[in-house]
Amino acid sequence: MMPSEIVRVSGHIIDSLILPKVLDEIMDLDGTFEILQLSIGKRKADPSTARLKVSARSQPALQTILKRLVRLGATPEFAPDVQLARARKDGVLPSTFYSTTNLPTFIRYRGRWRAVERIEMDCGIVVDPSRSRAICTPMIHVKRADLVVCGSSGVRVVPLERSRRREVFQFMHSPVSPEKPKAQLIAGVAQAMREMKRARRKILVVAGPALIHTGGGAFLERLIRAGWVDVLFAGNGLATHDIESALFGTALGVDLSRGTQTRDGHDHHMRAINTIRDCGGIRQAVRRRTVTKGVMHACVAHRVPYVLAGSIRDDGPLPDVLTDALIAQDVMRQQVRGVGLALMIASTLHAIATGNLLPATVKTVCVDINPAVVTKLSDRGTFQGIGIVSDAASFLRELCAALRL
Amino acid sequence: MCRPTHYTIAYEINPWMRLTRQTVQRRAAQQWAQLHRLLTRLGSSVRLLRPVAGWPDLVFTANAGLVAGGTFIRSNFRYPERQGEEPVVERHFRARGYRVVTLPRGCNFEGEGDALWIGSTLLLGFRFRSDAATHERLSRVLEREVLPVELVDKRFYHLDTCFCPLSTTSALWHPKAFDRYGRKVIERTVAEPIAVTGLDARRFCCNTIVVGRHLVMPRGVSRPLRHRLADGGWVIHEVDLSEFLKAGGAAKCLVLRLA
Repeated sequence: MMPSEIVRVSGHIIDSLILPKVLDEIMDLDGTFEILQLSIGKRKADPSTARLKVSARSQPALQTILKRLVRLGATPEFAPDVQLARARKDGVLPSTFYSTTNLPTFIRYRGRWRAVERIEMDCGIVVDPSRSRAICTPMIHVKRADLVVCGSSGVRVVPLERSRRREVFQFMHSPVSPEKPKAQLIAGVAQAMREMKRARRKILVVAGPALIHTGGGAFLERLIRAGWVDVLFAGNGLATHDIESALFGTALGVDLSRGTQTRDGHDHHMRAINTIRDCGGIRQAVRRRTVTKGVMHACVAHRVPYVLAGSIRDDGPLPDVLTDALIAQDVMRQQVRGVGLALMIASTLHAIATGNLLPATVKTVCVDINPAVVTKLSDRGTFQGIGIVSDAASFLRELCAALRL
Repeated sequence: MCRPTHYTIAYEINPWMRLTRQTVQRRAAQQWAQLHRLLTRLGSSVRLLRPVAGWPDLVFTANAGLVAGGTFIRSNFRYPERQGEEPVVERHFRARGYRVVTLPRGCNFEGEGDALWIGSTLLLGFRFRSDAATHERLSRVLEREVLPVELVDKRFYHLDTCFCPLSTTSALWHPKAFDRYGRKVIERTVAEPIAVTGLDARRFCCNTIVVGRHLVMPRGVSRPLRHRLADGGWVIHEVDLSEFLKAGGAAKCLVLRLA
C-alpha cells in the first residue's frame, strides 16, 4: 500500500497558479495525486478549494512532498493522533486499550503514521515517546506508566491484499478436505520454501510427537540437515520420542523399523528422559555422543535453534523444556522475528500457540491427519495459508521428494 | 516612519546583514532625515512611530503590517529577532483608533514588505518571510483577491525588494526573483511591467516610494532605467540610503503607507 495523505489547498489558488504548481510539485517529486474535490470561486474575490489525495512510494518520500506542499500553503488533513493512556499497574492495560489483530497496523502519533512493531494478535500497543515508536506489547509485559493506545481513532489496520494470481497460498476460506490433490499442494509448499530462502526469510517448523510416531522423524531430520529449517518449536513429547528412537529405535515402545511393540518398550521414553537429564541436557548429550542421530541431534549439530515448551501432562521433562509458559512465549516471540513461512505438522497445542504470535503476513502450512484440526488451525486469524489433511510422515516424505532430498 | 535612534546591525537574518559591517549612527540619522524631508516636500504627510530600544529594525516600518482603510493587519514576524516589534506597532495603531487584526501564531506575514497592491489585487510574496497559507486569511479580511507568488532568491527576501507597483497597470520588477509561476502571475496581473536588471535590483531600485508621479529611489539607478522611467513621465529623486542597505532595506522599507 502506498502511503498517502489528504491535503487541502484553498484561497485564490487558480489565478495565483498555486494549484497547478502544487500538482506539478507532486509529480516532480515522483508522487501521485487524486483530486477528491474541487470548488471554484464564482467571483474574483471568492476563494477556491481543492482536496487532494497525495501518494508516494514511501513514507519519507511522502514527507518530502508534504513539506513542500505546506510551504505552498496546503494544509494536510491529518487524521487525529491516537489517544494514549498510562498503564496504572504492571501487567494491566488501561480499560479502553486497543486490542491488536495480527494484521499490519499503523498508528498516527505526533502527526505521522508509524508502523506498529512486532505485531501479534490480542496485545496492546505501547508507545515510546522518546523514540516515537509503537510496539505491540503483550498484556503481561506492560509496565506501570507505559503509554498505551486507547480507542481506535488514529489506528489503521491494513488488510492483506488478495493476490490476483491463483496461488497455492490463499485465504483459508475453502473447506479443508482430504480429497484435495496433495501433490500440487506439496509442490507449492516446496516452491514457497525456495522463495523464503531467496528472500532470506526464516522457515519455522512446529511439530508434534505424532511426527515421530508415524516415522516422519527421519524426513524432518533430512530437512534440517539440508538447511531448510531455521527454527523448530515443539514440546517435551517430540524431543523425548525423537531421542527415544535415537537411543532405542522405538517411539512409545513401538519399533519404528518393524512397527511392532517391543518387549518392555513402554518405559523407553522414561529411560530416554532420564539419560538426557543425567547428561544435563540435549546439547550435552549430543556433545558426549550419547545421542548420535534424530531431529534433536540435527538441530544441535546444525545450530538450528529450538524451543521446547512444556505442558501440564509432560513426563520428566527434559532439562531443555521451558516449563514456565510465559517464558516459553517470550522465547518463541523472539524466534518468530524474521519468519516468513511456518510449517505446522501434527501439532495442535503448539501450532495454536505459535499462530497467536505470528503476524498475518507469515504464510502457514497446517498438516494433520484429522481434518477438524486442520480447519481449526487454519481458520484462526486471517492466515495466508494452506491446510493439508495428511499423515505427518507421508507429507514430509513427499516434501523431501519435492525438494529433491 | 520611525526614527533610526536605535538602528544598528544586531543580528543577521538576511544575506545583506553582516555583524562585521556596522552602521554609522550619525550617517543613518542624516540619511533618514533627508528621506523624511523629501517626502514632506513632495506633499506627503508623515506620521511617526516612537522608536524603542532593543528593536533596531523597527525603523523599517513597511514590515509592521498592512493598512487598509481603518484596519491594520499586524505582522507576525518569522524571526524571533523581530517578533518584539509586534506589540510596539500594535499599541501604536490601537492608540490611533485602528481596528487591529492579528493572524494566528504560525501564520507568518511581514506586512507591506510582502504585500503590495496592484489595482484591486494584492500580491503576496512568500517563502522567505511570509507564508503562502496567509493569503487566504488576508483575502477574507480584505475581501479582495490575494495572489501569492513565490520568491526564489534569498537576496530578495521580501516582495518589496523585487517588485514595486507604480500605478494600477505598471510596476517595476526583477523577474529572476520569482519562479516561473510567479512570473506568469505578474505578467498576467500587471499590464505594463518594467523589468529591472540584476544590478539595479541589487541596488534596491525596486524598493521605491511612489508619491504621485514622483519616485523616491535609493541612489545608483542605472542610466537605462532612469531614461525608461523618465520617458514614462516619472520624476526620479535619488536618496543616499547606504546605511540602511547594510540591513537589506532602502526607501520603501522605511515607510508604511497609511492612506
